[in-house]
Amino acid sequence: MAVTDARSAPARAAPGGREPSRGGVRRGGLLTPYLFLLPYLVLFVGFVLIPGVFGFWVSLHDYNYLLPGKPWVGFGNYVDLFTPGSRDSGDFWRAMAATGIFTVLSVPLLLVCPLAVALLLNRTFPGRSFFRAVFFAPYVLGVAVVGVLFRFILDPNIGLVNYYLGHPFPWTTAVPWAWVSLVGMTVWWTLGFNAIIYLAGLQDIPVELYEAARVDGASRWDEFWNVTLPGLRPVLMFVLTVTILASANMFGQSYLLTHGAPGTTTRTAIMLVAQTGFGSNRQGVAAAMSYILAVVLMAVSVLNIRLLQRREGS
Amino acid sequence: MTRVRVTPGRVLFYLVLLVLTVIFVAPLLWMVSTSFKTNNDATALPLSWLPRPFTADAYSRVLTTASETPVLRWFVNSLAAGVGNTALIVAFDALAAYALARMRFPGRNLIFGVIVSTLFVPPFLFLIPNYLIVSRLGWLDSLLAVIVPSAGGAFGVFFLRQFFLSLPLELEEAALLEGANRWQIFTRIVLPLARPALATLTVLSFLTNWNDFVWPIYVLFNPAHETLPAGLGTLQNAATTNYPIMMAGAVVASVPVIALFIVAQRHVIQSVAHSGLKG
Repeated sequence: MAVTDARSAPARAAPGGREPSRGGVRRGGLLTPYLFLLPYLVLFVGFVLIPGVFGFWVSLHDYNYLLPGKPWVGFGNYVDLFTPGSRDSGDFWRAMAATGIFTVLSVPLLLVCPLAVALLLNRTFPGRSFFRAVFFAPYVLGVAVVGVLFRFILDPNIGLVNYYLGHPFPWTTAVPWAWVSLVGMTVWWTLGFNAIIYLAGLQDIPVELYEAARVDGASRWDEFWNVTLPGLRPVLMFVLTVTILASANMFGQSYLLTHGAPGTTTRTAIMLVAQTGFGSNRQGVAAAMSYILAVVLMAVSVLNIRLLQRREGS
Repeated sequence: MTRVRVTPGRVLFYLVLLVLTVIFVAPLLWMVSTSFKTNNDATALPLSWLPRPFTADAYSRVLTTASETPVLRWFVNSLAAGVGNTALIVAFDALAAYALARMRFPGRNLIFGVIVSTLFVPPFLFLIPNYLIVSRLGWLDSLLAVIVPSAGGAFGVFFLRQFFLSLPLELEEAALLEGANRWQIFTRIVLPLARPALATLTVLSFLTNWNDFVWPIYVLFNPAHETLPAGLGTLQNAATTNYPIMMAGAVVASVPVIALFIVAQRHVIQSVAHSGLKG
């Protein structure tokens, strides 16, 4: 790559400057790029690459890090999890079901409500960026603050919600109320995140398309279905993928709000992985659980992409 | 003077906006109000939006170092963890991203491919193995456990590389011709130009670390060693539930991130917005 613009002339005349040889980009010692990469790669290999493989290795053992012996069991942990009546299969599939129920209940709301808020915020009006910040603020607070706050607000006896409803709904101790509160709290917490992504997508839709639709006499409703939604398609796919991933990762909400209650009904897969791996120090089974969940999650993602692509094709 | 016309549509619009704002703000106001109450007042019916009497008692109990609820200590721990983790991420990721964006060397595409592919791995997969690795390193119950491992994440490298690629090459080439070495170009030309991207990554990394929950509650045990979110969790599980103290703790945990959010709102919102457009 030869530099031909005016700036290179004085540069070439600079005293002590080395003669440009093979072009700008490839300069410096052979080791230079690796030295730049080294600090990050140490952490990447140590805490991402190795654990990714080591986790699978652990799942093939009857692994308890406190015991000297960690007997090899092959796929025994996996077989057990798929065998009805075995020690962990009941708990595991109940937890997978809890994660599934939460995902099925929360994802549609987290697709639709933020879109409605984004459409609201996509108009020009005084204080627009203030309201945008207000709706995004809960996300910044993190799950611990939001969980502690909602546990208090949803307390059956002295909670703000039941106080105004005038009835002691068991928001944290009985289904379906526990699901309603877990989903409601999650929507309150993460609505702003999805809304901001939608908002950016809405602003990328060319104004001309709306003008053309208006010339054709389209109503607001027609505009939404024929201009806005098709224009948002890639953004919708992204929001869907990210939201499913976040729902499958659900931990803090159940941990703080319902403690898995009633019984273990709202105990999610990640909660069970943590309890099995850290609480009872059975890391082998816990690792196997997380690999199964990861595979299920990947299957869901592939299915999603397939379904959306097919609809696009038709 | 032109006045805005009052149409039914506009009234409805502001009505919806008002209801939404109440839903989003009321819980936060309740949190702040309760934190200034006495425990009796916090649980007395009828509920009151104003503390009667108004007291900062919960804060004085929470913010002293020697107390059964060492919120101040957790605050300091969270701050140290957030700053340390963010410094590691920004420094290491910038170095790596620059090499991947601007240098040609054998193995570059492979290394970048492997790093990017881990972006799609759900984070819970690392929970168990990283716990075992951290325990082997002797980092359990130490702040190192919440500072170092998550700095291996791929997001920052990917994000900064994209930004470096968008910078004009001419300045760097001119500097090379003047005899500057890679390090000088990186520190004197590239980093100053990349300030907006570095600021965004700083804010996002700090927020993520400050709010992390599932990892710290399992790798930190000693109450004095916990981070704020983990501490709030244990505070809630404690048998004696003192709501003003819990809400005061929640307020203390919220203030830094809300302040950061107000100061860096543009960076936060833009980076979230762009994460969607990339996808």
